Formats: sequence, structure tokens, C-alpha cells
Amino acid sequence: MTPSYALVQGAYIVAGLLFILALSGLSRHETARLGNRFGVIGMAIALVATIWAATAGVSFEGLSTEGTGLRGLAFIVPAMAIGAAIGIWRARSVEMTGMPELIAMLHSFVGAAAVLVGWNSSYENSPYPKVHAVEVFVGVFIGAVTLTGSIVAYLKLAAKMKSAPLMLPGRNVLNLGAIGVFVVMTVAYVATPESSTFLRQLMLGIVTVLALALGWHLVASIGGGDMPVVVSMLNSYSGWAAAAAGFLLSNDLLIITGALVGSSGAYLSYIMCKAMNRSFISVIAGGFGVEGGTTAG
Amino acid sequence: SPPAFLGHFMVFMLSVVIGFYVIGNVHHALHTPLMSVTNAISGIIVVGALLQVGHAGKLWVSILAFIGILVASINVFGGFTVTGRMLEMFKREEPAR
Repeated sequence: MTPSYALVQGAYIVAGLLFILALSGLSRHETARLGNRFGVIGMAIALVATIWAATAGVSFEGLSTEGTGLRGLAFIVPAMAIGAAIGIWRARSVEMTGMPELIAMLHSFVGAAAVLVGWNSSYENSPYPKVHAVEVFVGVFIGAVTLTGSIVAYLKLAAKMKSAPLMLPGRNVLNLGAIGVFVVMTVAYVATPESSTFLRQLMLGIVTVLALALGWHLVASIGGGDMPVVVSMLNSYSGWAAAAAGFLLSNDLLIITGALVGSSGAYLSYIMCKAMNRSFISVIAGGFGVEGGTTAG
Repeated sequence: SPPAFLGHFMVFMLSVVIGFYVIGNVHHALHTPLMSVTNAISGIIVVGALLQVGHAGKLWVSILAFIGILVASINVFGGFTVTGRMLEMFKREEPAR
């Protein structure tokens, strides 16, 4: 049976509300567990509605899109089963002291997924190809920064990488330069006609590598003592990456959830910085403005 | 600019504001669980990959989406489980206080 467009959107609205309740629940002890439960229910509703819509298609005013059917399910079921098994196993077996590392590692998965979704949608036709091109680039860029940034944060927290800040000469110039190149590449990508597939793929590849390097460098230049704030900041980045994917796919649930996580994560990092008496700007910009002042913890 | 984009942008801005206010008075001890639950929720990116997988004729798009679903599912299931574990810990501590 094909779900109607209204039903899917309704499920998304309910899921979005449950996520808001989850976040507000988690800010007080009395309601914290209830908040987590709201999150789980919201996610379950979102997943059921999406899998249904993706496999059975969606009907809208008498017309319906074609679903992926059993072929889709053949991909979805094993992927989710393997992911769920690994996730639950890691979450159950981790030591309490290893929680921050685990959370950092989990962020990198969101980044990776955002990069993959961005690449995939670069092959989709859009009625507004220029807007779509910008969305692809922004999505892939934020996703890739989150991916490598989280891996470095994980390595530093797990003491598999030295926690002292990496001090490359002119590192602020490197960071700003990377962002500058990204902007130029975005403009060039938008201007490149869609028929030059190879050139477009090449540009997307270059921007992906650039963003991976930027994410690595941003977090590598922050001392281990600031890692809790960095993990929270990467959490915020992963939210923005999800929101960018939402714009790409015109999916309001991704936009709502991504923006919620993005802004609450940024605000939480700010609160944590204040609690630790650290400069917020220096943490988000990867040691920007801190000349040797970061304590290696 | 396209009207659909403006609609999405409106939704985006309102959600940014809600995200900002909703965690306004978070208790200090709950910083890590809150981070963990928002992490689990950002696994919603799986929805994007779910919508891309399994379309006929583009096998390797499906393969990339398959990997996307797998890693995002690790995040979703792992994130909620780990948050649950942290909150259990608070529960056991409470009677001692």
C-alpha cells in the first residue's frame, strides 16, 4: 500500500516534535530519561515512515511516485541490521571513561553519511540546478570537515595521537585559505555546465579532499584539554551537515532535526566553554587567535 | 530564487531558534548526556540515504547509500543506547546523595 504525501509529512512533524521534547527533556534530571525515550520514539516514527515511503512510493493528489520495492529493502534491511548490531555492541561494551571517545567516533559516522548523501545527490536532476549545485557543495564540505575532525578528536581522546596542539606555521591562513578555495570552487562548480560530468566530478572530489584536510587540521591544532568542547562543536557541525542534506533532498525532517542539533550543539559548546573559562572563538576556529596559549591537557 | 527553497529556509531558521532556546537551562551534569542524545538524533541523516538506495539503474549510488545507511545506523542505535547507559548511572547515584 502506498502512503500518501500527507501521511509521511504528518509522521515527520510528529518526529520533529518528539526530537524537540527529547532535547528539552535532557536539560533536567527529572525528565532526562523520558527525553531519551521521546528521542527513540521520534526516530522510530521517522524511520518507519521513510522506509515505507522509499520502498512503496508516495501518492500525491492521485499521482504516485514509484518505490524501490523489494530491491530497496534488500539494501536497507542488511545495512540497518549491521549498523544497529555494531552500534549497540559498541555502546554496551564501552567503559564509562571511554564515552567521550565513543561519542566523537559516532560523530564521524554522521559526517561520512553526509558526504555519501551529497555525492549521491550530485547525480540527481533538479529543477533548480544552480541552487542544487551549491547545496551539494555545502553538504559535502560540512560533512567532510565533521568526518575528519571527529576522527582526530577521537584519536586525541583515546591517546592514540599526541594531545598537544599541532602548530603549523600560518595555520590561520591555511584555514581561511581552505574556506576561500571552497567558495571559489563552489562558484566555478555552479558555472560549469552539467554536460561536463567529468569536470564536475573532479571539482567535487577536490573539495571533498580539501574539506577532509581542513577538518583534520582544525582539530589537530586544538589541545587535548579542549576536546570536550570540540566534541560538542563537532556535534553541532554534524547537525548542520544533516540540515544541508535536508536542503539537498527537499526533506523538511532533515532540515528541522539538523538545525535543532546544529544550534543546540553550538549553544551547548558555548555554555561548556564558559564553564571551563575558555574562549569560544578560539575553539570553533581551531586555535584561531590563540598564540601558544592553549594548554596541552 | 525558487519558492520551495524559501519555504525550507523558513523551516530551517525557526528550527535554529528552537534549538537555541530548548536547552537554555541545561544542568551542568547533563552536558554529556545531552550531547550524546543530540548525536543520536543527528543520525537522522540516515533518512537521506534511505531515500537514495535501491533505485534501478544506478548500482553504485545504491552502494554508497548502503554504506551511508550502515554508518548512520551505528550512530542512531549506538547513540541512544549510550545515552540510556549514562542516565542509568545517574539513577544509581541519586539515592546515595
